[in-house]
Amino acid sequence: MIIDIIIGLVITVILVVVGYTFGSAKERRHFAELAAAEARYQHILVSDQKHLPIGWEASQPVLVTGSVVVATDYFKNFTAFFRNLFGGRIIGLERLVERGRREAIVRMLDQAYQHRANAVWCVRIETSCIGADENKSASGIEVVAYGTAMLVQSN
Amino acid sequence: MIIVNTETIPGRQIIEIKGLVQGNTVRAKNVGRDIMAGFKNIVGGELKSYTELLVEARNEATERMTSQAAQLGANAVVNVRFATSSITAGAAELYAYGTAVVVQ
Repeated sequence: MIIDIIIGLVITVILVVVGYTFGSAKERRHFAELAAAEARYQHILVSDQKHLPIGWEASQPVLVTGSVVVATDYFKNFTAFFRNLFGGRIIGLERLVERGRREAIVRMLDQAYQHRANAVWCVRIETSCIGADENKSASGIEVVAYGTAMLVQSN
Repeated sequence: MIIVNTETIPGRQIIEIKGLVQGNTVRAKNVGRDIMAGFKNIVGGELKSYTELLVEARNEATERMTSQAAQLGANAVVNVRFATSSITAGAAELYAYGTAVVVQ
């Protein structure tokens, strides 16, 4: 009995440490990649407005989308569990959703770049849980970003 | 067929509104992908197989929406919106809807 509990604890600790180490290394690398990609697409104007400003002309409108499904890691789920007892911000999960959102927007800009657009208008960003039911928490979060890419000219 | 998520198409006039068109698909993941996802839940990161699954599903849903629009005689779909819902732990529904119009 005691052996079972000890083995359970050891496995939990190992998973938490593995999750934390590899999880945070990946996270750092991902944030660096995102910064590089966003710098590449600085020339593309991104807006969530419905209409173009008066006097602007646009051509070649096309729908562009970008999506990503991000998984949480064991360490984050572990800390989230304790947060649920005491309340407050879950910074680990905030960072995760931020990564997903920025990645989805970068992928949408990839498509816009392929169409040689210089603006993406009417951008919408939506998130949804993947693989959640009453027995387990979500395996991942899907973030979709979509908008209309166009070639605009401000007069 | 022009597909946009703005209300109007810049430079073009909407002559006729055909109505609401939609397309959806429900996709289930397979066991192999599920096991990898379980592993990824330990180290975190992107679930690439899920992303590909949902991208394919979204393309199919958009395809169904545009073919419905074509059947109505439209040449453009405006105001497109997407929705994803988790049906069970193993399946997700992708839904695309918009307004089919005729533009000149």
